Amino acid sequence: MSQMLTAGLGLKAPHFEAARDCLAAGLWFEVHPENYLVDGGPRLAWLSEIRARHPVSLHGVALSLAADARPDAGHLKKLRALADRIEPALVSEHLAWSTWRGAYFPDLLPFPRTSQALARICANVSAAQDALGRRIAIENPSHYLRIDGHEWDEIAFLDELARRTGCGLLLDVNNVFVSAANLGFDPRAYIDAFPSSPLMEVHLAGHSHDPALGAELLIDSHDAPVSEAVWALYEGLVSRVGPRPTLIERDDQLPEFGVLMTERERAQATLSGFARAA
Amino acid sequence: MNATGSLARFQDAFSDALFRDSAETDPVIVPLAIQPAFAIYRNTVMKGSIDALQANFPAVTRLVGEEWLRAAAREFVVLQPPREPSLLQYGKSFPTFLSAFSPADELPYLADVGRLDRLWTEAHVSADGPVLDPQTFRASDPAALAHSRLVLHPSARWRWFPEMPIYTIWSRNREDDADGSDIKWRGEGALLARPHGAVVWRLISESASRFLDACAAGLTVMQAMEAALEADAEVDLVKLISNLVEAGAFSRLIKTP
Repeated sequence: MSQMLTAGLGLKAPHFEAARDCLAAGLWFEVHPENYLVDGGPRLAWLSEIRARHPVSLHGVALSLAADARPDAGHLKKLRALADRIEPALVSEHLAWSTWRGAYFPDLLPFPRTSQALARICANVSAAQDALGRRIAIENPSHYLRIDGHEWDEIAFLDELARRTGCGLLLDVNNVFVSAANLGFDPRAYIDAFPSSPLMEVHLAGHSHDPALGAELLIDSHDAPVSEAVWALYEGLVSRVGPRPTLIERDDQLPEFGVLMTERERAQATLSGFARAA
Repeated sequence: MNATGSLARFQDAFSDALFRDSAETDPVIVPLAIQPAFAIYRNTVMKGSIDALQANFPAVTRLVGEEWLRAAAREFVVLQPPREPSLLQYGKSFPTFLSAFSPADELPYLADVGRLDRLWTEAHVSADGPVLDPQTFRASDPAALAHSRLVLHPSARWRWFPEMPIYTIWSRNREDDADGSDIKWRGEGALLARPHGAVVWRLISESASRFLDACAAGLTVMQAMEAALEADAEVDLVKLISNLVEAGAFSRLIKTP
């Protein structure tokens, strides 16, 4: 990374022109590479136009690094071609699986964090980093289910993954908040214990209650503004670890671009505030 | 795939349970599937797949309505879940599914409309390529033309529908087209291509479709013209070829040795 990223925005197609033309200092954008794994056409042309003016981060959702199988070589090859074309400032993926025995499940699925799973995921992350020729950051997913058979807590698992493979970590503060509410742990303690040195990126997003399952379950829905509770956790994180590239994610109930920029400016102010205090 | 050990066992059971309630009897998954939160994964996987089909088949959706489309899509997803780790092109066989889907029996054109939605997707994501300029083409030596080959643009997709006016039905439903005039019930062909940025389309004849088939098979312009004449002995070949060139169907004209 040649420059330190500050606060950025997840990029959605309806905001393409506003995003391209926005001149805010340090602004960067993140996209799901799966939407750009095409041979040609307007999608790649749009992304190249954005990239000509702003740093871009590739945030994958389909590498399925927590599957008990090698990552798909064809998919990695296409990702590599996209990365070589876009020259992303960051590349990231999830501690989750989404493909299995030839089927693709468009979700980030959970698994028991065993030592066997850790060994497999380390091999998969290393294979992905080798194929992409880049360090990648791995994100903590949102949790909904109580799974028996965890041998590792999530932070120790991620820390060990980073230590063994040299990968970075992506801390999604909203995912921590959602998981803490669903599984009953203290989100502040999780944020406070998250390792600082491999932390390459932070995600902030909104959540909602599941309409069918009621108030007990929070969903990582990316369809609302970042909640005050998540902002408070984020400000605590920045005051401990210092500024890190921070992304505002919104995938549904998309407001005007300017509304998202207001949230982005709040993250930017938190990062700048730390820099001034330091 | 080189699955081993208990993680693979977990993933076998979990992925089965995403689509099939009966898999809840698997002892690995019972403690998970009995939690209300398991529905979140089922719903997300199903919703993501259905959303992709709805996005990839907009003319079909406009014809049958969102509720009908999503109900049909749900049945398709269970039979043929996504296999590519991207949903941009999910649903290649959805038109074939629709052709055998009994609730669609009263809409005999629905599967073919879906085929044109699919060709749009293929044209949209295809490789970029040079476009044969109509002026360059007009300036080419007529004597040499017959023995030359027209190379198709990577985005060019076409199909002849002998029974029904599929092009008209599709194009009126692909975009908000207020044209409510009567549709002439006849066979129609469609050509879709992406010569500059966006996918564009036009009505073509059976002769033009045969001509494009011959070009795709690597035949010469002369042979392609013969194929076009087989479909319609009266066809105006000059007009036919210039229409296809103007549509951006070709990348270049090459002389055969």
